[in-house]
Amino acid sequence: MTEPTPKIRIRGLKKAFGPKVVLDGVDLDVMGGTSFVVIGGSGTGKSVLLRCILGLITPDAGSIEIDGVDVTTLTPRQREPYMARIGMLFQNGALFDSLSVWENVTFGLTAAARMGHGPRLTRAQSRTRAGELLEQVGMDPAVGALSPAELSGGMQKRVGLARAIAARPEILFFDEPTTGLDPIMGAVIDGLIADCVRKLGSTAIAITHDMASAQRIGDRVGMLYEGRLIWQGLPSTLFDSGNPVVDQFTHGRREGPIKVDVGK
Amino acid sequence: MNGILDFVAGLGRAVLDMVRMAGKVALFGAVALSHVVRPPFYWRTLWGSLVEIGYFSLPVVALTALFSGGVIALQSYTGFAQYHAQNAIAGIVILAVTRELGPVLAGLMVAGRVGAAMSAEIGTMRVTDQIDALTTLSTNPMKYLVTPRLVAGTLALPFLVLIADILGVLGGFTVCVMKLDFSASAYIAATIASLKVMDVTVGLVKAAIFGFLITLMGCYHGYHSRGGAEGVGAATTAAVVAASILLLTFDYLLTDVFFSQ
Repeated sequence: MTEPTPKIRIRGLKKAFGPKVVLDGVDLDVMGGTSFVVIGGSGTGKSVLLRCILGLITPDAGSIEIDGVDVTTLTPRQREPYMARIGMLFQNGALFDSLSVWENVTFGLTAAARMGHGPRLTRAQSRTRAGELLEQVGMDPAVGALSPAELSGGMQKRVGLARAIAARPEILFFDEPTTGLDPIMGAVIDGLIADCVRKLGSTAIAITHDMASAQRIGDRVGMLYEGRLIWQGLPSTLFDSGNPVVDQFTHGRREGPIKVDVGK
Repeated sequence: MNGILDFVAGLGRAVLDMVRMAGKVALFGAVALSHVVRPPFYWRTLWGSLVEIGYFSLPVVALTALFSGGVIALQSYTGFAQYHAQNAIAGIVILAVTRELGPVLAGLMVAGRVGAAMSAEIGTMRVTDQIDALTTLSTNPMKYLVTPRLVAGTLALPFLVLIADILGVLGGFTVCVMKLDFSASAYIAATIASLKVMDVTVGLVKAAIFGFLITLMGCYHGYHSRGGAEGVGAATTAAVVAASILLLTFDYLLTDVFFSQ
């Protein structure tokens, strides 16, 4: 019997910025409908990995397959149908300051319609749809009339999540979804992410250095260290992985194989 | 000897950097312009930019033109009165305003106001991941952010310069009639006699090119800003300085092309 094709398959992914090697041969398989969480310290290349998959950064070597198609070989125009199937929640929300909340939420829907990847909605229909999506992430639809600058950090993350799921994407990416939030709001966001991923049946990749968040979101967890995924396993084994690097990181120990440059 | 070599090497590096930068800017502008004829078109962004550049710059451009026209009249009078050539002042004012002062001063004002704001806005979008977010939402950032602004700058500046031309002449007229006791009808007649369609047309062509250059610099530096608030600040300064220098350089080149014979 043949094994099912992973929704996302990464092989030998490399990226360096000048002399600094950030990704040094990352291999990763994420099966359809599952969530994979990448953990790792600051500056270990987690965001670079995500940006390579999204096509925001061109990798130096390696392949990134989505449904068996290597997207690194596609032109920007050929990539468009794949981008239309992807939703992304940025670390700080990345909401457009010049637009209202509801326009932010439906921005992707409007853009997809312009490209012929979805139905055209009137402004009234878009506003109604934005209200539904805001309710889905636990917000009052009336918030849609506000500007992003009037929202708290947690609310901006929720609006960012509503925008990411608006087009019912097959693949969702989350960049540090709980960074900068208090523990309760972090748990709320994690719960919403898990709910959205389950309801949509999406495949998700999240990057975080918040262990509680990794356990709440992920079906599987992997640790990125020195440019490679050095360990993968179940979230339940995160604090008892048997890998000294992972154990030092998850327990936050100063002593261990990871040497931190404290700038002395 | 080593000192001379270091100096020459430094000079060479600076020249190479400048050429590289010119190439990048030209490529950036060409890519942005290529989207003018390729749908989808972002009419709302274009309209917003037109209003921002054309309408909200009106007060500053109008005041600058009004006072500059007045100053030209006053200074010309100081010099020309010695040779009893006051009758030439109306011609001098309209020539200076339509050929040079209108486009250059309006351009510099817009570079300071709009070029800086544009660079800061796009730069902030860059450092807060909003430009990357556009890409993930199936929207080409060049097409959405840059192209409408370039088109708006190219269309709005001639309109501003036309207003500046009228107000510059009005400034000269006001000073000459109210302060220097010129005959209003004689001043108007001399102005009309000196008014040349070619001068106004070249001024408007200059304005369109200046508008393109100002918005190109604002967008380019904003789009490539790095490193948080400090990077956005540096990009804003670079955009205004580069736009001002380019504007004056192109003013000379265009004047040479149109009026040197």
